[in-house]
Amino acid sequence: MSSRIARALAVVALAAGLAGACGGNEPPVVRPTPPPPPSPTAPDEPGDAVLVEEPPVVPPEPMLEDPAGLDARSLDELNREVPLQPVFFPYDSNEIAEEGRAVLAANAELMETYPSWIVTIEGHCDERGTVEYNLALGERRALAVRSYLVSLGISGDRLRIVSYGEEFPFDPRSVEEAWAQNRRAHFVITAK
Amino acid sequence: MTRTRPARASLPLTAVAALLAGAAGLATGPPAPPAREAPVARALQTPAPAQPSEFELTIAGDPGTPPRFAVPDFIDLGGGEGTAAAAATIAEVLWDDLEFEREFYMIPRDTYASIPAARSFETIPFDRWRELGADGLVIGTVRLNGDRITVQVRLFNIRSGRSVFGKEYTGSLTNPRLYAHTIADEIHQQQRGLRGVARTKLTFSSDRDGEQMRGPVDDRNIKEVYISDYDAANQRRLTVNRSLNITPVWSADGRAVAYTSYRRGFPDIYVSRIFEGVLETPAGGTDRIHNWLPAWSPDGTRIAFTSNRDGNPEIYVINAEGGNVRRLTNHPAIDSTPTWSPAGNQVAFTSDRSGRPQIYIVDADGLNLRRLTSESYADRATWAPAPFNEIAYAARNGPGYDIKVFDVASGAIRQITFGIGSNESPAYAPNGRHLAFTSTRSGKSQIYTIARDGKDLRQITNAGNNFTPAWSP
Repeated sequence: MSSRIARALAVVALAAGLAGACGGNEPPVVRPTPPPPPSPTAPDEPGDAVLVEEPPVVPPEPMLEDPAGLDARSLDELNREVPLQPVFFPYDSNEIAEEGRAVLAANAELMETYPSWIVTIEGHCDERGTVEYNLALGERRALAVRSYLVSLGISGDRLRIVSYGEEFPFDPRSVEEAWAQNRRAHFVITAK
Repeated sequence: MTRTRPARASLPLTAVAALLAGAAGLATGPPAPPAREAPVARALQTPAPAQPSEFELTIAGDPGTPPRFAVPDFIDLGGGEGTAAAAATIAEVLWDDLEFEREFYMIPRDTYASIPAARSFETIPFDRWRELGADGLVIGTVRLNGDRITVQVRLFNIRSGRSVFGKEYTGSLTNPRLYAHTIADEIHQQQRGLRGVARTKLTFSSDRDGEQMRGPVDDRNIKEVYISDYDAANQRRLTVNRSLNITPVWSADGRAVAYTSYRRGFPDIYVSRIFEGVLETPAGGTDRIHNWLPAWSPDGTRIAFTSNRDGNPEIYVINAEGGNVRRLTNHPAIDSTPTWSPAGNQVAFTSDRSGRPQIYIVDADGLNLRRLTSESYADRATWAPAPFNEIAYAARNGPGYDIKVFDVASGAIRQITFGIGSNESPAYAPNGRHLAFTSTRSGKSQIYTIARDGKDLRQITNAGNNFTPAWSP
């Protein structure tokens, strides 16, 4: 072959190789140019100035003191004496075991002794479930305890429930001992 | 006679090989700093001549590589106190915002030191930027007029020296970062047809204020609702009711935050219209009817939530302003944690009706309920916005959780966190390319963002413990 043909072949090979390089993977695709805006301003030249601002967030109002109207101080003392004992639950369950039933029987008796007491049953979970699911599991536990107390003769009007999920552990440590303490229905006297 | 190949011919072939090798190596995965080809190869590329009437707006990189952008400090045109700081801040934040979507390779700013700072758009040393390997240069000016600043920005194609994007902004000087965020979103839109998230916000709950719950029981650390910019700046508190305020979500128009609060002694859903100072309780909670875990429909008209009003936790839907309660689930098991599909015609949620919590889907009218996952425990579904059709959730993995993603069309599941700390409560960004989530990997519970491929992890919070994030529209 003459050197001229060889050179021509080299150029063809180069072009083919380049085409291969370009076709073998995608170079950044040129996005279709958006149609020009109605104004005569080209995209590379600024038009009128655009206002940049964010609306200000209105500061939240602080809550008033004592919104629930509870006589907090004397109830605090009463609750600190822990007259109504908590009930503990197995992992991921709202089943009331035998010890739990004994505790509830005692609590029911106490509530019959003080018929004016209104009690909130709080459902709590240990930290091992998800934050979201535990809100419902705590609700289930509180509900199970409430149903049991109603079956023992306590009026449902006197029993409120609330779930706190895993938000308020009794023992914040991450060990089985702590978790067992946290899986509980906790009683709070909210009126007397 | 043997012919030896002319020496000249062998050079182009090796150059082609280099191109192919370089291109093949970079074809997969997110943009990485590209290897530089030999200068000879570059000279052999003949760019297509531009037609006189064509004007190409998109800046390309070398074939197979993302365009390389530089963002030096903006030009300070003076006019008062603070313009120099603003000029630097806008550039720094803009660089970060452009890097966040990983569409461009952002040339590190500490390599610009040797390039003389331009004093105007007309005196930019393009040849010096080209030496640094830049394909595009984002540069602007900042001028103060009284109490208003004017920010001009250009995106220059370094090869041609022409501007492909030009804009002018005005406003106050109080939040220079917002100019950068706005510019980044507009550049992403123009160059990539991409909806950026630089102006979006996060919301989450935090116990960082160390306050305790008022009420009859001691030592209960409460949480308040916070918002922040997507990049962790401007974290601010939204609630001050000294109670438990958790699971916040943004409304579809970004003007309200709905959350679960125990401020009245039981959980109810509160809608805080944060620019108007208005607070509403559309789900109508009482000491007997408890509502929690709100999820705002993408069209803004409805809120899905969990309620105990029929005796056990079920999913309900109400109009966003209240009223027209519809029940979506009807089963004695726990049904909770709803999330809407992008079209607003389906809801994914968690149910333990099979024995353990799993992710389910149901149509918005309550029909066609079916199960998606078979994990040992799955919760907190979040449905990606279009164009992605996937649902992320927290799946139990050993003692903790990891974030997994379920592809709705194929049923394939991929995992994006891998056992470092426990990772829960995922929430998609409005362009579907990122998620916010909670992780204990640094010891305490903190908010992180991560790209949907599991890369680019960023820590958002570090004060106190932070939980249950959501991303604004």
